[in-house]
Amino acid sequence: MDNAKKLEEFQAKIDAEIKIEPKDWMPDEYRKHLQRQISQHAHSEIIGMQPEGNWLLRAPSLRAKVVLLAKIQDEAGHGLYLYSAAETLGKSRTEYLDELRTGKAKYSSIFNYPTLTWADMGAVGWLVDGAAIVNQVSLQRTSYGPYARGMVKICKEESFHQRQGYEIIAEMARGSEKQKEMAQDALNRFWWPSIMMFGPHDSDSPNTGNAVKWKIKRATNDQLRQSFIDKTVHQAEIIGLTIPDPDLKWNEERGSYDFGEMDWDEFWAVVKGGGPCSKQRLKHYNDAHNNGAWVREAAHAYAEKQKSKQKVA
Amino acid sequence: MTTNEALVKYCLRIGDSSLILGQRMAEWCSKGPILEEDIALSNIGLDLFGQSRTMLTYAGELEGKGRTENDFAFKRLERDFYNNLLSEQPNGHFGDTVIRNMLHSAFYFHLYSALTKSTDSQISGFAVKSLKEVTYHLRHSAEWTVRLGDGTEESHDKVQESLNNIWEYTEDLFAMNEVDKVLISEDIAIDLNKIRPLWNDTINSIIERATLTRPEDGYMQKGSLNGMHSEALGHLLTELQFLPRAYPQDKW
Repeated sequence: MDNAKKLEEFQAKIDAEIKIEPKDWMPDEYRKHLQRQISQHAHSEIIGMQPEGNWLLRAPSLRAKVVLLAKIQDEAGHGLYLYSAAETLGKSRTEYLDELRTGKAKYSSIFNYPTLTWADMGAVGWLVDGAAIVNQVSLQRTSYGPYARGMVKICKEESFHQRQGYEIIAEMARGSEKQKEMAQDALNRFWWPSIMMFGPHDSDSPNTGNAVKWKIKRATNDQLRQSFIDKTVHQAEIIGLTIPDPDLKWNEERGSYDFGEMDWDEFWAVVKGGGPCSKQRLKHYNDAHNNGAWVREAAHAYAEKQKSKQKVA
Repeated sequence: MTTNEALVKYCLRIGDSSLILGQRMAEWCSKGPILEEDIALSNIGLDLFGQSRTMLTYAGELEGKGRTENDFAFKRLERDFYNNLLSEQPNGHFGDTVIRNMLHSAFYFHLYSALTKSTDSQISGFAVKSLKEVTYHLRHSAEWTVRLGDGTEESHDKVQESLNNIWEYTEDLFAMNEVDKVLISEDIAIDLNKIRPLWNDTINSIIERATLTRPEDGYMQKGSLNGMHSEALGHLLTELQFLPRAYPQDKW
């Protein structure tokens, strides 16, 4: 069968909402797009452990500590599912991780911002996980089977993460003056980077093209961003915090909030490695990887010895 | 010393050891040698924090002064902690952590096995639940001890050194005082001299499988029952207790 025919059948499946599975024929561009997107997503889960890990040892109650540790552990687990999904596209976890370590692969820029106070644990859960959920809920319907199924599992856990974050920030917002100040400060710092997590405006998004036609993306960056903002503004009002956007106002006609312009210079600078913690996050990951090298070698050597013992027996 | 007073102290020993080792596990977060190990070390940490919360809460109930798990965890100073010396030893490299945890979990495996028969129903119930968890902790650390001991020459030498370095803190696990005397007489606690041979068998077998050498007993450290700790504990507590100490009136 020639490629044109294959492509036609592929598109027919997509149009009929039939999932594409690992052994199915797919265009190279589709495979590459997914390899990039799923591994970026996986890398984000792994790097995302760091900003929250930054407060794990200083959590202010045993309950808060356990909930935070469980949450970070979930993220490691999400990383595992996602690498597995990405591996079905014919590239190993080691290869993907090499791309992360060498800086060739990206991860969500949001994790290049520092977590400066305990309130940031609230802001990260509420806003960062909140934004991630909006994106991931839409990806439950993505056309690639293993990715879509992974998303269903991940979404269940993410909604717990978002509630955990909101609970922290709500508690602080009704606490002492100092706590309220920390909560507002966290919102001020995380608001804009969070809404930029959806990526550039649709008009400037280089990776959208076929992604919509092939139903990898089920909604555009701007649609997802709007949906997140509409949901979050009310949540901020309930706990008495102010979204740091003077242009934010309800648009009766659109049934949505209008909001101010994001700082795209900052966005692109962080994407290109110019974020406050960009070097630190990558170094942390690389240090852990390098410090673990002798352990992985030992485990490998031990497994080999066991294999040869079995052969002899 | 009344039974009640003794039991409060006993719960603090177990609760503190779990808390401190749990915090050590949390320090590994995002630093594991592979992703699966990151998850495993977090699992162990979660179990330990859970055990600690049960014991500290029970200590508060027995004491009857309204102290909660958080009061015990965040508002005591170094000299008021009763965790064993092994639990507070710094993580070091992965092999140091594995060896420390193996020695520690082998002890708690046998202790909790015995405490499932405690005449105090809270202690026996706690032991039944915790035994399942510590069985996994022991398996995890024992398997890694064997892998690293019998892995490469480098890993073998590294974990032998880990074992040699930490050995002096093992004796403290078996220390007993008036608390034990009171509780043993009521079959609430167990004579740790009965745990010692079981612990010896378990760790000797792991050390042998790992092709390592058990260190000779030399200078052995003691003191946790009197709140005498190594310098490492103060630093751990500084980090652990930072927020409630900086904002003593606030709720989180």
